[in-house]
Amino acid sequence: MNLLKPLLEPVIQPALDKATSVIPLHWQIRGAHAFQSLKQRAGKARPIPVFSEVPLPDVSTLALQDIDVSNPFLYRQGLWHSYFKRLRDECPVHFQKSSPFGPFWSVTRYEDIMFVDTHHDLFSAEPIITIGPQPEGLELETFIAMDPPKHDAQRQAVQGVVAPKNLAQMENLIRSRTADVLDRLPVNEPFDWVQNVSIDLTSRMLATLFDFPFEQRHKLAYWSDVAASPPEATGGSSNTAEAFDVAADIASNMSSLWRDKEARIAAGEEPGFDLISLLLANATTRTMINRPMEFMGNMALLIVGGNDTTRNSMTGGLWALNQFPDEFAKLKQNPGLIPNMVSEIIRWQTPLAYMRRVAKEDVTLNGQTINKGDKVVMWYASGNRDERAFEQDPDQFIIDRKNVRKHLSFGFGVHRCMGNRLAEMQLRILWEELLKRFDDIEVLDEPEYVQSNFVRGYTRMSVKLTAIT
Amino acid sequence: MGRITFIEHSGTEHVVDIEVGQSLMQAAVENGIPGIDADCGGACACGTCHVIVDKDWVQATGGINADEQGMLGLTPEITDTSRLSCQVTLSESLDGLIVRLPEFQM
Repeated sequence: MNLLKPLLEPVIQPALDKATSVIPLHWQIRGAHAFQSLKQRAGKARPIPVFSEVPLPDVSTLALQDIDVSNPFLYRQGLWHSYFKRLRDECPVHFQKSSPFGPFWSVTRYEDIMFVDTHHDLFSAEPIITIGPQPEGLELETFIAMDPPKHDAQRQAVQGVVAPKNLAQMENLIRSRTADVLDRLPVNEPFDWVQNVSIDLTSRMLATLFDFPFEQRHKLAYWSDVAASPPEATGGSSNTAEAFDVAADIASNMSSLWRDKEARIAAGEEPGFDLISLLLANATTRTMINRPMEFMGNMALLIVGGNDTTRNSMTGGLWALNQFPDEFAKLKQNPGLIPNMVSEIIRWQTPLAYMRRVAKEDVTLNGQTINKGDKVVMWYASGNRDERAFEQDPDQFIIDRKNVRKHLSFGFGVHRCMGNRLAEMQLRILWEELLKRFDDIEVLDEPEYVQSNFVRGYTRMSVKLTAIT
Repeated sequence: MGRITFIEHSGTEHVVDIEVGQSLMQAAVENGIPGIDADCGGACACGTCHVIVDKDWVQATGGINADEQGMLGLTPEITDTSRLSCQVTLSESLDGLIVRLPEFQM
């Protein structure tokens, strides 16, 4: 995909290739946005759904075919649980024929999700893994949404940055940054946990992974939020203009970071273990910056992948412990349970609700025939609460739950989360450092939730700390 | 009855009895060998039961299919004789098998 193609259609291909390599990427994105706006005005663009919140009905009042779990307010309104339980029990592979995102299948039981996730020969991750499409004109190419073998080559180029060997070297740095954030928190007075802990810690981590200017790290969190929330993709609350602005911003910041790193390495500087250095060191990805959609796609994927997920698990874990105070007491008595609790937090929160696939051929799944070309959504959030798969009541938060590592939140198969070990380490360190400092961490009100069918997240959670005396 | 040896990255050895028909991963988990996570429970879908087969035993442990190869490709610790232990079925002919554990599971 070439951003300038629609603008320069009459121009021959070699000239086009030259143009994309000399015109700065953020200008190309501005150009694509201008073109998209023209299309919109001419009535030629794909319509964008508009979502406004109304109270959703009790699922028991709905006919099966009317259940639409793509509604972006289901999580916020606390109804996702009853909706998915009904599907798991009565129609585990469910077809919704007329959602705002078009028709799609929902796969809601653990075993069926595992089947879809491990059969990339039957179910393609292309062109994107959200229920709806990416904003028109901004279709980024990212390996989370590529099938093997292209997926494998691109992923292998970057996975080293979050390899356990690298992480072991980063543990002390992560711990000192976590300590720094926690030591600045107010004690005995309310503050917002999301902003002051979850967002701050994950932005610091991302800035480190990218070797991004530390004082500008707030940009990474903002970009991630916008990139994950186009209404047509996830039912989120960003808009097209914002999406293009952010894409242009990512393009100019990340390409200058890339060029700068490239020049420093060329001048003899030792390459670091940050993501861009690794991409520059790999034959497959060294010239990625000349392929704008692929470059942007990888940057956006790594920014979003390392952000929303860990951030909302940092908030969700505390929210869970407040709803299950006996577990909090158990944790304080036995901090050795932290590693197992981290997996339980990731299961309980399931920060990304699903991944979407497209059937590559007709497939029969749990009695239903999915036709070639149909969209298939694997609802990890539902599979993680499947009573058939978890012996101990899956709706309970149990920090010493047996076999909790089988949770679906990281996905299974070739697309399994690349940053899983980093996420686990960040959460483990957070809880180790919290227990050293605070006797109680009280959530004062129910948190506020993100509008999305994809990100299961929090925008605000008021908390009060009591120090250890 | 045959026996197999797991060698941890630290060098610690564990010898366990072969239970014919079990996978190498199940033998590790049931005998409490540290360093085998087996998150997916044996579905060749997570890559966390990675072992490195002693070079003398590569042939005896059988071929690798495309799914296993695909998952192993995601492990930064991959070596020439890497296997996912959930994909190796134990038989008497593996008496004496030696496998080493990587420093980290993916």
